[in-house]
Amino acid sequence: MSLKSLRKTSLIQRVSPPGAPHNPAAPILEIANLSLRYNGSYALDNISFTLNSGQHIAVVGPNGAGKSTLFKVIAGILPATSGDVKIAGGGPAGHICIAYVPQRSHVDWRFPVNVADVVMMGRVSRMGLLRWPRPRDWELVHHALQEVGLDDLAGRQIGELSGGQQQRMFIARALAQEAELMLMDEPFTGLDAPSQEAIFSILETLKGRRVTVLIAMHDLNLAAERFEEVMLLNHRLVGFGKPEQVFAPPQLRLAYGDHLHLVGAGDEWLALGDTCCDEGEQE
Amino acid sequence: MSLVDLLLEPLNYPFMVRGMLAAIMVGIVCATVGTYMVLRGMAFFGDALAHAILPGVALGYLLGGGARGPLFWWGLVTAILTSIGIGALSRGARIKEDTAIGIVFAGMFALGIALISTVRNYTADLTHFLFGDVLGVTSTDLWLTGIFGGAIVLIVLLFYKEFLVLSFDPTLASTLRISSRFFDYLLYVLVAIATMVSLQTVGVSLMVAMLITPAATAYLLTRRLPVMMALAATIGAASGVIGLYLSFYVNMASGAAIVLTATAFFAAAWIGRTVQGAIQNRRLRLSHPSSN
Repeated sequence: MSLKSLRKTSLIQRVSPPGAPHNPAAPILEIANLSLRYNGSYALDNISFTLNSGQHIAVVGPNGAGKSTLFKVIAGILPATSGDVKIAGGGPAGHICIAYVPQRSHVDWRFPVNVADVVMMGRVSRMGLLRWPRPRDWELVHHALQEVGLDDLAGRQIGELSGGQQQRMFIARALAQEAELMLMDEPFTGLDAPSQEAIFSILETLKGRRVTVLIAMHDLNLAAERFEEVMLLNHRLVGFGKPEQVFAPPQLRLAYGDHLHLVGAGDEWLALGDTCCDEGEQE
Repeated sequence: MSLVDLLLEPLNYPFMVRGMLAAIMVGIVCATVGTYMVLRGMAFFGDALAHAILPGVALGYLLGGGARGPLFWWGLVTAILTSIGIGALSRGARIKEDTAIGIVFAGMFALGIALISTVRNYTADLTHFLFGDVLGVTSTDLWLTGIFGGAIVLIVLLFYKEFLVLSFDPTLASTLRISSRFFDYLLYVLVAIATMVSLQTVGVSLMVAMLITPAATAYLLTRRLPVMMALAATIGAASGVIGLYLSFYVNMASGAAIVLTATAFFAAAWIGRTVQGAIQNRRLRLSHPSSN
């Protein structure tokens, strides 16, 4: 059978599904009693929460609290030991609408690709097997690059980008993927204030489009100042809600233990953390 | 004798023409899969796989009473089985991947030598398996090389974007629901076939150089994957041709000459890059004398 005739059959269509169907009435993410045991201890312990379209949540917790692990279970990359993850009413396995934005330190920046190549990777499953990018794919890639302000760097080798530009490139890839749920792993780590602001303004446009975003971070101040809702994680879900409620001394002590020193009394208190930063969690 | 005569002289011999064609095809095919092997750090896997096909070839050699014809198929089956075996062993993860590869590699290689050594006067044939015999290529060999090599290049091109995503970002591949298991094994099998196709040109001992060296050279020279692949194929083919001329005029082993040519390409690219980098650093330091 020649390649051309093979293409005409419906086989190829079935091999490359456009993604699992969505139930518009169901919440975009629903997690119930999720646990993951790893080497005999709980990396994630009985976690339950629900997110609706357009919610942006900062996920905060000490190093090794299971933030990356939680994201990987939601994305369907790691299997849960028990409990349920539902994406728009179904299991995560068939969905290609979940984007995982990796930590910059986990990427091979010497890989021979340019910015547009990386963003086009987000289109791979939408194109399907045995197909090359069509004009519509290029359009979406350029549009995504415009949205994150990288259109004039499309031909740049990825190693030549600054940290903030690298982060925006991965967000553009998630846009090209037409993701409805974005999981960002420490996007602000190591960025200066202007680069962080650039990402916050992109997050604003995402909110307008009702894209749901979970952002792992370790900076309590940034989370409290810039997010309406935060999640405090330390294997268990310690708190989820408004920052002023979640980041209260009892919860913080529960999440950070001896790594956090609380100074002051009553409403006036200061949290001094000594967990830091970059090299994130064990996988 | 003019330069043209020097270049044309070897082509008067049909075995040289066949050798050239084989070396060109092997150079292209190995460099194409080799590009992904370099990007994914699979050099040791390639070396191991090349050595591990020896027992299969040896068995075919013993059973066929020294006939050359069936050796290709014996080697091909062994290569595919070994590549899948190594893949399964390293996925099983009771021991580290490079340890698993090392054990399989040495064990299979020893078995191959043991089998061949049961034949009296085995050294000549063993040498051919180990170091290649490109001047003994028959027209049947050429056809097989063309068909299997062409299939490898075609598959690499057809699944270009899937292999790219898997090599750059396996996590993205799983969120896009691209089967890493399927494409990893597909790559292993492609390497296995490339190995078998190259057996007669460079032999098992030098095979890894054809897979890795041209691709590594291209990696130093470009920052785009399609360019890297095309450049690697060109360097691989050129190494084959130049190496054969070398072996014709200097009278040295052809496989070694081909590999040495490829190594020279790499050395030139590496030195060029290093010097260029040093000059750039110096310029930077001169223009920003305080930032040290």
